[in-house]
Amino acid sequence: MGSAEEDYNFVFKVVLIGESGVGKTNLLSRFTRNEFNHDSRTTIGVEFSTRTIMVGDAVVKAQIWDTAGLERYRAITSAYYRGAVGALVVFDITKHQTYDVVERWLKELYDHAEANIVVMLVGNKTDLAQAREVPMEEAKMFADNNGLLFVETSALDSTNVEQAFETILKEIFHKVQQQKQRNSQSNAVSLANESPESAAAARMEKRQCCVPL
Amino acid sequence: MGLSWFVSLETLGQLGWWRWCCRLAGTLAGCGWKDGITTSISSQAPVGLPALTPQHNAVLPRLCCHTDYTLEISGVSSWKKAKILSFPTESIVGPNNVEFQETRSVLKRGPVAFANFPVFYPRLRLGKRPSSSESLKSQLHIVSDFRKEQFPPLDGCIQHVYGAQHPPFDPLLHGTLIKPGSKPPTTPVKLKKVSTFQEFESNTSDAWDLGDDDDELLAIAAENLNTEVVMETAHKVIQNHSKLQEQHKFQEEHLQEEKQVESAELTSITYVDNRLVKSVSEGHTSSSSDNASESSSMQRSQSLPQTCTPPLVSGMADCNASVTPALTEREASRLDKFKQLLAGPNTDLEELRKLSWSGIPKRVRPIAWKLLSGYLPANVDRRESTLKRKRKEYFAFVEQYYDSRNDENHQDTYRQIHIDIPRMSPEVLRLQPKVTEIFERILFIWAIRHPASGYVQGINDLVTPFFVVFVCEYIEEEEVENFDVSSLPEEVLQNIEADSYWCMSKLLDGIQDNYTFAQPGIQKKVKMLEELVSRIDEQVHRHLDQHEVKYLQFAFRWMNNLLMREVPLHCTIRLWDTYQSEPEGFSHFHLYVCAAFLVRWRKEILEEKDFQELLIFLQNLPTVHWGDEEISVLLAEAYRLKFAFADAPNHYKK
Repeated sequence: MGSAEEDYNFVFKVVLIGESGVGKTNLLSRFTRNEFNHDSRTTIGVEFSTRTIMVGDAVVKAQIWDTAGLERYRAITSAYYRGAVGALVVFDITKHQTYDVVERWLKELYDHAEANIVVMLVGNKTDLAQAREVPMEEAKMFADNNGLLFVETSALDSTNVEQAFETILKEIFHKVQQQKQRNSQSNAVSLANESPESAAAARMEKRQCCVPL
Repeated sequence: MGLSWFVSLETLGQLGWWRWCCRLAGTLAGCGWKDGITTSISSQAPVGLPALTPQHNAVLPRLCCHTDYTLEISGVSSWKKAKILSFPTESIVGPNNVEFQETRSVLKRGPVAFANFPVFYPRLRLGKRPSSSESLKSQLHIVSDFRKEQFPPLDGCIQHVYGAQHPPFDPLLHGTLIKPGSKPPTTPVKLKKVSTFQEFESNTSDAWDLGDDDDELLAIAAENLNTEVVMETAHKVIQNHSKLQEQHKFQEEHLQEEKQVESAELTSITYVDNRLVKSVSEGHTSSSSDNASESSSMQRSQSLPQTCTPPLVSGMADCNASVTPALTEREASRLDKFKQLLAGPNTDLEELRKLSWSGIPKRVRPIAWKLLSGYLPANVDRRESTLKRKRKEYFAFVEQYYDSRNDENHQDTYRQIHIDIPRMSPEVLRLQPKVTEIFERILFIWAIRHPASGYVQGINDLVTPFFVVFVCEYIEEEEVENFDVSSLPEEVLQNIEADSYWCMSKLLDGIQDNYTFAQPGIQKKVKMLEELVSRIDEQVHRHLDQHEVKYLQFAFRWMNNLLMREVPLHCTIRLWDTYQSEPEGFSHFHLYVCAAFLVRWRKEILEEKDFQELLIFLQNLPTVHWGDEEISVLLAEAYRLKFAFADAPNHYKK
């Protein structure tokens, strides 16, 4: 008898951080429940939601934590970075001030989270294009210079929300794969780009067992 | 790393053969027949059934040895883990030998056909049994049109996989996020959507296509109404209606008398008598019960509630007990007790606390709260002067500080308040600009005057109950949400604002360390909650611990917002009746209430076996329909806990 829960291979903990009011909660609800709420209430403490997607052939469960943006809560939220493999640093493209503090958020992130955490910079509220205060090129350049992924989204009209989460989860997945191959001596064979023959050969007795059909 | 490979085996009814398919990332990897008895897998179709032919130009994924694949046998809902032990060496499109080894039993080797065959459709995959080979054939035929939709070309794209939150969560289906005791259906069940019109047609029947029922309905419609019966009924209704009108008039007069008596007693309340009376006589379509619609359909100009269940705020309810079942006898007597208590020259606060603990009647709540919080002096003579003084003081603050909100050092505070107000509840209230303005001022002034904490998200919620209760003093409707606050006179609004400020301030004085830097108050309280729960319900405590749920993850909000986010507003208001009657209610008694609250959900908590589900449940507790009764039970339990642990200081270290 199968379990009631889905059979997933991975659980990735991802945190949403950024200034209060940039749209973290709605990004979360848009991704996990396809909902957007104009009246969503301020996030208190931590809120939490999940969604399962396919990354390649693996079933990945994204465990997404939404934190309050206000400074005051930071003492509590630092505990929530623990175990996170990904972070979305969100700013509001119509409020330059929320972009200015991104560096501060990054610093806090690196202070509390694991060193190889995958970070994505997200400029939200592209639906308010006419009120834009942060040029996309500027944010993109900052992201490139700091080794961050970058995307602009709108939780309101769904633009790029799926892509943002998919991208970061894929990136995390690849990192995890690389880590595994480096560390373990498992029998697992990656069905990714490399040919299975060579990978298999490296690990087990030379046997032409895996072939493209 | 194990891959998931979906192989479904469909029973073919009386023939006992199973057709199976396997998918890898949405693309079909193979299919074949399986004999249900011998458990062999064969690509040979049994006699009388259509053969499955491979598509030669299909792009097939790679399967690998020594990797776990999961086989699902639909119909019996079982998962079997199987390893592919060997593969043919040639690269071919067509029959292959694949040997599977199950973890427990061995499936015989047999030829397997791999093809990009479009038949394997979620609907079939769910084990829908064709009644005969005939219908299977027709299904196969229809289904072949949907190849493209069912198997999207992209690998790794978002799939409808087990347990995914896709399709979007349907609130109509699930109510609040979790219904206690029930789980949301797993995705395969939800993938019932039909894709062709023929299928849709065959699966659904039109709501108005009654078929055999048609004749019955026509027969009913053809019946002639007995005019006599009709007239009699109509007459009765009219009689009832006019009777009610008379009663209503009677109550009005009674009400006027009542009001005059009361206005002498309660000096702190100032409102215009006439205004109130007039609004009562106009009748309220919005305020009254559902029954109003019946009578209103008769005569639109006067809408009278069939049962007089008007807002309990007005004095109407207590004047004529026989006509108004709204206030029970008990409630009416309680209200009397309060009135007596509040009537004297010097209110006995101790007595008031005792009475208020079990809930305060709406009618007298504004004044009771002001007294209990210490804002209003017990001595009647001193009240008016005190109020005047405090209100003046508040507006002096406003004058002194409010303009500085755009100064550099106050900008952040004001900005945060400004973006939080639109994100509050009740929604209808905060959509009124007048309300927004008042809240912003109250919060800003408080933040400036309390630099140790400043403004913290959550504090904004704490203004709401005071504001709502104090506004209710001036309105008829049960629900303040229907009320346009700006219709109140300016002076009244200012008084409400000042009173709210002072009462909120007094509340926060007792819990200020909840909001100072690092919020030590909250951290301490959550720790105490954990210790308390470990003692009163070890099972629940252990269960949370086993699943790595940390109290801070759900109880933080309970402490920061005093449970306001977990229960409806009217429940909060009832809760605060007790909190204000208890010594240190908001800090001390609240802890026991939280413990009782958590343990109240023990059944649902113990049923959840997954960290994710547990936490999602604890952050979305199903209290939307809660009322006074549930709160009373909660408070009784909390009191019992407090009583049991009050003299056992060891259970938490202060």
